[in-house]
Amino acid sequence: MSEAAPSTSADRHTIRVALPFHLRNLAGVGPEISLEVAAPVTIARLLDALETAYPMLRGTIREYETGNRRAFLRFFACQEDLSQEGMDVALPPDVVQGREPLLIIGAIAGG
Amino acid sequence: MSGVRVLVGTKKGAFVLSADGKRNNWTVDGPFFAGWEIYHVKGSSVDPNRIYASQTSGWFGQLVQRSDDGGKTWLQPGVPVGEKPASDAWPPKPSNRFVYDVSPETGKPLTTHQWYDGTQHPWEFKRVWHFQPCLRDANTVFAGIEDAALFKSTDGGESWQELSGLRGHGTGPAWQPGAGGMCLHTVILDPGNPDRIYIAISAAGAFRTDDGGKTWKPINKGLRSQYIPDPNAETGHCVHHIAVNPSRPNVLFMQKHWDVMRSDDAGDNWREVSGNLPTDFGFVIDVHAHEPETIYVVPIKSDSEHFPIDGKLRVYRSRTGGNEWEELGNGLPAKDCYVNVLRDAMAVDSLDKCGVYFGTTGGQVYVSADEGGTWSPIVQNLPAVLSVEVQTLK
Repeated sequence: MSEAAPSTSADRHTIRVALPFHLRNLAGVGPEISLEVAAPVTIARLLDALETAYPMLRGTIREYETGNRRAFLRFFACQEDLSQEGMDVALPPDVVQGREPLLIIGAIAGG
Repeated sequence: MSGVRVLVGTKKGAFVLSADGKRNNWTVDGPFFAGWEIYHVKGSSVDPNRIYASQTSGWFGQLVQRSDDGGKTWLQPGVPVGEKPASDAWPPKPSNRFVYDVSPETGKPLTTHQWYDGTQHPWEFKRVWHFQPCLRDANTVFAGIEDAALFKSTDGGESWQELSGLRGHGTGPAWQPGAGGMCLHTVILDPGNPDRIYIAISAAGAFRTDDGGKTWKPINKGLRSQYIPDPNAETGHCVHHIAVNPSRPNVLFMQKHWDVMRSDDAGDNWREVSGNLPTDFGFVIDVHAHEPETIYVVPIKSDSEHFPIDGKLRVYRSRTGGNEWEELGNGLPAKDCYVNVLRDAMAVDSLDKCGVYFGTTGGQVYVSADEGGTWSPIVQNLPAVLSVEVQTLK
């Protein structure tokens, strides 16, 4: 997992995140939350901030040992699937500027 | 006044069923952790208000939940509730982090086991199947996990360390998963000897330590399994469950994949006691709280048809430590019942008379307040039941 670099307030961005139902319940939050994340804003840094603010979510989105996204979760934003982009790729400008949320989605399964 | 609290883990949450000592009128609380698979919920015998629950999900992984008030409220051990803690308490301990021990100190850092295709496969943590709280300290608890290993916490579930001598004792590379995964599903602590622990793994067999978990040995002599190349092999047996009466911890009863077995020497030797059972396939087995020769099983038709014979749900009881079995069906469905009873889904209380409980994949939890003589459903429409434990409250 990456460490958030020291930053000034100018380096920080307010990122909107939508969690899946079960993680919302676990964290005790509503459909969307906002997190302060230091630039450059990547999924890894966003998850660091998320897990710091909501430690009950540790291990539920990415694997402890590898830091990899859990297999049945996806990251969507701006109508794009970012799940395969890697944890350290910068998020789209619309997410960084707070115009769009990052959606953390549970894969559809069951019957 | 005495009472009982039945802790039920299901495919879609946990439930707490409570009654007084008569066990007639029940209060149902839950679902707790709605929508999550709750593999096991078990209370401490030292502090009945202390309960541990395994909350798991194919999407979100494993969580450990703990209650300190008898199941009314729950917390993730080590995770602060409410205000952010002081910096010296940060970061919180990862109560859901189960990391296999591969340190040189173990002597045998073991990283693979046998896979379905015969190749070696890395050990991968999947979930906690079973919690066994220590009999002396409510903050100490053991966890049996998939892929099979035994973990221990001494801080109320906040952090976990593997007792790696089990995987490292020598036979580990030959272990392989059963159809349900390679799970360590049974943990039995000897009440008179804190250094002695029995565990069982599907499909590796039963194992025992006599030094608190440092060293282990397979205890499968006498088991015979036609589904493995050498039916009498030292390991590879699909043990479904083991039960003991606490007053006589050297006598073990086992429901194997097929065969009901008994050992009178702490697992060193086993003999079959299936006797007149209509089928000796099944998952659960338990021992009467006050009569150590009285045991209970739920026969299941076969490993291909996981339901009762002829759609008749029946418990079988032996009052002779096996071999001679009687059918108990008063109050149970006599037809059209095609549920299963999974390995951790039977329990007994220690009231007088001993109560017997079991849960089904059809969502029923049955109770008998008279040692199995008559049965009634406590609940009939829960999600599929994965585990049933009972606390006797004085």
